[in-house]
Amino acid sequence: MLTLNINGRPHPVEAEAATPLLYALRDELGLNGAKFGCGLGQCGACTVLLDDRPILSCITPIAVTQGRQITTLEGLGGIDHPGPVQRAFIAEQAAQCGFCIAGMIMRAEGLLRRNAQPSDQEIRTHMRANLCRCGTHMRILAAVRRAAQAVRSAGVDTPPTQDARR
Amino acid sequence: MRLRRALFGVLSVVLLGAAGFLFFSRQPALPAMQPASAVSFERALIAKGAELALIGNCNVCHSKQGGAPYAGGRPLKTPFGTVYATNITPDAETGIGVWSETAFLRAMREGVRRDGAHLYPAFPYDHYTKASVGDLRAIYAFLMTREPVRAETPNNELPFPWSERALIAGWKLLYFKAGELKPDPTLSAELNRGAYLVEGLAHCGACHTPRNHWGAEANDRYLGGGDIDGWHAPALNGASPAPVPWTSEQLFRYLTTGFEPPHGVAAGPMQPVANNLGMVAEQDVKAIAAYIGAMLGPATANRRPAPVAPEAQATSRPAGGDVKTANSDGAVIYAGACALCHEPTGQGFSAHGIALTSSKVVAMADARNLTHVILEGIDPPKASPAALMPGFGAAFTDTQIAALMAYLRATFSNQPAWSGLEETVREARQSAREP
Repeated sequence: MLTLNINGRPHPVEAEAATPLLYALRDELGLNGAKFGCGLGQCGACTVLLDDRPILSCITPIAVTQGRQITTLEGLGGIDHPGPVQRAFIAEQAAQCGFCIAGMIMRAEGLLRRNAQPSDQEIRTHMRANLCRCGTHMRILAAVRRAAQAVRSAGVDTPPTQDARR
Repeated sequence: MRLRRALFGVLSVVLLGAAGFLFFSRQPALPAMQPASAVSFERALIAKGAELALIGNCNVCHSKQGGAPYAGGRPLKTPFGTVYATNITPDAETGIGVWSETAFLRAMREGVRRDGAHLYPAFPYDHYTKASVGDLRAIYAFLMTREPVRAETPNNELPFPWSERALIAGWKLLYFKAGELKPDPTLSAELNRGAYLVEGLAHCGACHTPRNHWGAEANDRYLGGGDIDGWHAPALNGASPAPVPWTSEQLFRYLTTGFEPPHGVAAGPMQPVANNLGMVAEQDVKAIAAYIGAMLGPATANRRPAPVAPEAQATSRPAGGDVKTANSDGAVIYAGACALCHEPTGQGFSAHGIALTSSKVVAMADARNLTHVILEGIDPPKASPAALMPGFGAAFTDTQIAALMAYLRATFSNQPAWSGLEETVREARQSAREP
């Protein structure tokens, strides 16, 4: 039996070592924040953090996560207490259908943990691994910029940017 | 012994330097001209130059990441230090805006800057010299009609004595032969065209031919496999590591789309080359493919795909290789990550996961390319139906990647195990881009 360190807590799982992390999270532990999109590492809906860096959980066997820290969407905050990146995505109304947003938030969180002052180019380059087929890219970018600002000023809310009002 | 070697080294440098100074250490400076205006070139000439510039891959080195095309600034790491590609837009102060056609032709054919100083052979004038004057004029017309971009080229980072450009004069005496490539009357027109492009503008040998201690291409091992940016540029002659022999038709599709099953995807430094060749006249790429096809020659006995692995093998232990612990078992990693696209048998399916049994990166003696592919993934080339290969640099540790590579090698190739894989992964990580 393997034990996964998720959001700071140990979680023993029955799944085999080769099982993709996403399946263990959703099917065994009821952590449904990460979404099953393509199952082939093409879309990013399943993004979580492994040792603070974004990974695609649908193609990451749980064996490689042993002794490492996993962070899922649930680890950033919940409905009652959303974290700064989640608040930024809500403030900018970045979701349309919302299916990609959990992965987008985790991808952005991974960027901001390493670089709280990303340039627009850095945000675009970093986020390009995640797909959105509704077309809310401009709002997602605005949300990441707002999140970066929030992380820098420790959670102070700011009014919506030009992009979000358009 | 070491002292003698050191003395010999110093002596060689002194001799080379002296020879350079004595013979032709500095060429005359050519006068600056008024910046050329777009109207002074024929449209047809500019269009021809655009294609030739793509074949010459000018944009690949003379553009930095996120920078304007042809505005330079890209660092070229050589064993001697870092040389920065220059701004070749027609900006008068920071580019080549005041270069006359004569000055441009001299740079391309003799490796001399407008001010008379020698150019480092990181700029492949040893190949460009083989191009015809007509073709070089077309490239000049194309470059001089680009948008001028003001971008200062950073200073080269070359330690003494390599910082002395006069040394290049000595290098040229030893290794540089100026002059256009003349057609070989015994070859077909297509092969002659291929030779002209491969040896000239396309400068394939700059990456695919190994270099000697002085950084010159080793002509006795022409297209025998070289190094570029931490990748191995595989041999394009009889020493090719491809487990399935290439045909000229396959080469043509690979060079124009960047993707050719069963061989694989143009990745790393080869991808921009394929992106460029996808935009030029088909007959030129066909000629290049025909010439390289002729260089590759007939398939040798040891080049054949590994026997197809039964599905069970994906969960069995590899025969040899690096450390295996419970959380870094190559077979487990393969089953949970790679097999989703490449299938448990390693056969892949259609445009997604290519067949690992015929993949050149699994079969080649140099493990670095596979390391880069696993760490960084592969973006689909511009004109290709290939899927994106995600990078696993953040998901896997060095030990895990080494174990996976040992497994891939043992299961999907019939080549001997790689050694020192963890070190290879550690080194590749230094230069790898974020996945």
